[in-house]
This record gives sequence, C-alpha cells and structure tokens, in this order.
Amino acid sequence: MTRYVLVRLGNGLFVLWAALTVSFMVLHLVPGDAVTVMLRGRGGEGSSVDPAAADALRAQLGLDRPLYAQYLDFVWGAVRLDFGTSFATGDEVSAVLGRSLPPTLELAAAALLLTLVAGVAAAVTASLLPSAPLRSAVWSVTVAGGAVPSFWTGIILLQVFSFRLGWFPAFGEGDLSRLVLPAFALALPGIGTLTQVLGRSLRTALADPYVRTARAKGASRLRATTVHALRNAAIPAMTLFGMMVGGIVAGAVITETVFSRPGLGTLTAKAIDTHDFPVIRALVFLVGALYVLINLAVDLVYPKVDPRIVLRSA
Amino acid sequence: MSVTTAPPGGAPQDHRQHQDDRDHRERDREQGRSRAGRRLRRLAGRPGLLLAVLYLALVLGWTVAPGLFAGQDPLHTDPAQSLVAPGSEHWFGTDNLGRDVYARVVHGARVSLVAGLLAVGLALLAGSVLGALAGYLTGWLDHLLMRVVEVLVVIPGLLLSLTVVSILGFGTTHVAIAVGIAGIPGFARVARAEVLRIRGSAYVQAAVAGGNRTPAILVRHILPNASPPVLVLAALDIGGAVLSISALSFLGYGAAPPAPELGAMVSEGRDYMTTAWWLTTFPGLTIALVVLATSRVARALERTGVSS
Repeated sequence: MTRYVLVRLGNGLFVLWAALTVSFMVLHLVPGDAVTVMLRGRGGEGSSVDPAAADALRAQLGLDRPLYAQYLDFVWGAVRLDFGTSFATGDEVSAVLGRSLPPTLELAAAALLLTLVAGVAAAVTASLLPSAPLRSAVWSVTVAGGAVPSFWTGIILLQVFSFRLGWFPAFGEGDLSRLVLPAFALALPGIGTLTQVLGRSLRTALADPYVRTARAKGASRLRATTVHALRNAAIPAMTLFGMMVGGIVAGAVITETVFSRPGLGTLTAKAIDTHDFPVIRALVFLVGALYVLINLAVDLVYPKVDPRIVLRSA
Repeated sequence: MSVTTAPPGGAPQDHRQHQDDRDHRERDREQGRSRAGRRLRRLAGRPGLLLAVLYLALVLGWTVAPGLFAGQDPLHTDPAQSLVAPGSEHWFGTDNLGRDVYARVVHGARVSLVAGLLAVGLALLAGSVLGALAGYLTGWLDHLLMRVVEVLVVIPGLLLSLTVVSILGFGTTHVAIAVGIAGIPGFARVARAEVLRIRGSAYVQAAVAGGNRTPAILVRHILPNASPPVLVLAALDIGGAVLSISALSFLGYGAAPPAPELGAMVSEGRDYMTTAWWLTTFPGLTIALVVLATSRVARALERTGVSS
C-alpha cells in the first residue's frame, strides 16, 4: 500500500514535471517572436512595436538568457510557486492566481456536488423505472445534456430563471443564490455523462446474483439498488468523476464569462485576449497539477469502495 | 472533447442486434433485394436516426451551397429592419444591425461544420499515425509517445485548445487546429490498442514470416483491420469538435466580427437576451442539433460496424 502510494506519487510527479515542461514551451512555440505578439496584442500584423519596449519585456521574461537557464529558472520558480509577473497588469502571477482561485473553486465544488447528486439520482431513478420507454426517455435527456453547448445553457438559464421568473440574480458572485445557475450550467454536460456511465454499470450490477439474494431476503428494489448494487457499480463512475474535475475547472472559462463572475475562467479568457503568456503558462500548470492530485486521490479511494481492489504497484 | 453516447445495456443487447441483422440478411437474400434498399428500410424503422440523417443532410446542403438555402446576404445590414421578430420575411428574425439571422445561421453552420471536420481530420490523421507507430514498433518509442499522450490528457481539452489558440493566434482555422490537437491523444490511444491487438494475430505473423517489410505490413494488413474502431471514434468526435469550436468562437477567438459563426452569434446576442430571444436561441439550437444528430448517426455506425 505505502509502496503503491509512493510509486503513484512518483508517477504523478513525473506527469507534473512534464506538464511544467509543456507550459514552459508555450512561450517558445509562438511562431515568430512571442514578445512582438504580446506587445501587438490584438492589433495584428500591421501594428508596429517599439524596439526598446520589446527589449525591456524580453529582459523581464528572461528571454535574453540561454534556453537552459530559462528552463531551470522556470522550474525552480514553479517549485516556489513563483511564475513571474503578468504581462498585462504587472502583478505577480501567483498573487493573481491566488485571488482568482477561491471563486472558481467555489463554483467548481458546487458544480461537482450537483453532478454527483443529480447523476447518481438520475441513474438510480432510471434503473428503477418500470417501463422501457420511460428509461429510454431518461437516456435521451442525458444524451441531449451533453450535446447542448454550455454557453447556450447558461444563457437559457439566465433568460428563464433570472429575467422571466426572477428567481435568481443574474450576474456577479456573492451569496449562494448567485451560485445556483452557473453551477448548474457548468454541471449539465457532466451530469449526462455520469448518468450514462453509472446507469450502464448499475444495470450490469443489478443482474448479479447477490442482488437477487438481497431481494429474496426482503430488500425493496430501492434498497437493493442503492445499498447493494450502487457500491459495486461505483468504480467506473469514480474514474470518470476524477477525470471530469479538470474539465469542470476549464469549463469555468465559459460559465464565468456568461455569468460575469470573477475567477480563474475570466482570468484565462483575459490572459488569452491579451496574449499574457506568463499567466497562461501558470494556468496550464495549475490545472494539470489539480488533475494529477485529484486522480491520485480517486485511486486511493478505490479500495475503500471495493475491498477486492488491492492497490499494487504494477 | 467527446460526448459519451454509447447505448445502455451492453453485450446482451448487441447480441440481439446481431441476431436481428443476420435474420434480415437471410430474408433479404431470399427476396434478392439490394443492400441499399435494405438499409433504407431499416432506417425508416428508426425515426430518431432518420431525423438525424435528414437534419445532417440539410446542414451538409447549407455547407455545400449556402446561397441555395438562404436567399439573403448574411452580411447585409439594414438599420430600418433591426431586431425584427421571427416571421415570414425573416424566418429567424433579424439582429441589431438588421442582418437576417437565418442567413447568418446557414453560413455560420457551414463555418462550424467545416472547422469541425478539419479538427477531427487532423486529430484522426496525427493520432492514428502516432498510435499505430507506438503500437507496432513498441519499445522505447511506444513508451515515449504514450508518456506524451499521458501528459496531454492531464490538461483539459478546452484549456489545451485555448493555449494553442493563444500561441497560433485567433481565427477559425487556428481554432480548428487547436481543437484538433486536443483530440490527438484519444485517437492515439485507440489506434495503439487496435494495432497491439492485431499485430499478434496469425495473418500478421504470416506476413512477417513471408518477408514483407514493415511499411507494407502496416498499410496492407494492419491499417484496414484497425481502422473501423478509429473511424467510429472520429464520427463520435465530430459533435464534440463542433461544440469546442463554437465554444472558442463564443469566447471570441474565431473569425473576426462581421463574419457569421454560430458561437460568436450566441455571444453577440447576449446583449439582447431580454428583448430578442431569437438572436441566441437559433444559433444555439443549431449547434445542439448538429451535435445530437452526429452522435446519433455515429452510434448507429458503431452498432452496425463501419465495414459491413
């Protein structure tokens, strides 16, 4: 067990290092000269760039130094969570990230909770439904949920629940009521996917003999499904859930734009608008790190859910 | 990037499906009917699939000949006719500049669909070449390529595309390339798994023993057998690619403003959410239906098998 955790941690560190290297390369993959692109902004090819400003920015980003020195600096900086200064605002990137993180974490946590509750509820309900047409109706709704663009869902939710019905405030952040609509818009695609995956493994699990045994001993259908089958069907859904976290944080780019919420998403959108590569680099690394950590955590929880799974370093 | 749409039920149902197919085939052979006729009749029995195919045919028509379907110019502004509600003159209404929303949706769908196909084509090509090489050559190259894929998976598709767009610059083609790059890992994984499965088979070993060279074996023996699952993934991915492309276009990284693009249209319509619902509803609905229809058709392909 400890050995497994260590091996997984080592593997995670490797992936983190690789993600860091990828984010290092961002600045160097820009065709032509990254500094010129940044200074031009959205002006495009035509606008001219002051050579002195370009040199100053180059020195500030360390681009005038040899590549290996830049790389070592970048890695050493990332270890200390120092990603340099933002090109657009001149603030420390880590300070900007620190400010933007809490509202997005709040939104992502709400969306994930919603995904979990709604996904499990929908999958269980679908498997309990007595008629096949009803089941396939639930199925179609979940498929549709994944097909609707999340930026449009957000707008429909605003139109219906904020403007027409006036149930929720439309924009900004703050109290819980402002969290409901964005969290739902962000969660919707994931709810559909989770319902499909969990529904499929629930169906397999419900056909197992132990469910029949439980029913024979007097357990209701609901109890047989939730208490007996659900835990056995949970593993694929857990894997999926772990993989969804990164997508939900990235999806905040759209949701926060639609609902005008401050956070990592609006920060990403702004950074890309202004070609703020130091911020983009740090974001890539941050989201990658989040993915690695969450999936490590999910791996470690597997045996708690299904004791037959023995963690072993392969 | 992917929209999960595999059917419920799994193995037993598939088995029944195959049994059905076989029955059909036998009956058709007896009656001496053509394959196309049989397919058409089977399609008529599944209204959902039929609707999906018809809708995709319509969108393909928009793509090939937009002028045929939309008489009005998507760029023509008419201030006197601004924000007109949907009616017989303007089917989907007009926007704040008096441009016809239906014409813009038709032309916008064309941009989104072409960009989506470009993205999937890129992901398919690059991903299968990488995956096939990794699966066939194994050893350190396989190790290296799969590590790279693993790292790409860590970064969510949307963020990866956004980063690529920030590197390449804005514009529809760059957005399509960015979405395509984000799709490479998925294809590399499936192609590698397929090639690994096939390379152990007797006919590949026979080809090796027969003295064929590696490229010949890859092209003549492995590629034809590995392609169906990869092509099904490509079909399933088109919807996801269209979604990602419209998301990037919504965020403003696609074509420059006057050009119609579905995502950008939804974004522009946001300012008129309360007064002109049609500005966001029609482009949004068009995207959703394209995604739904492609995934419905892809699932049908998956079930019958591409090669049959």
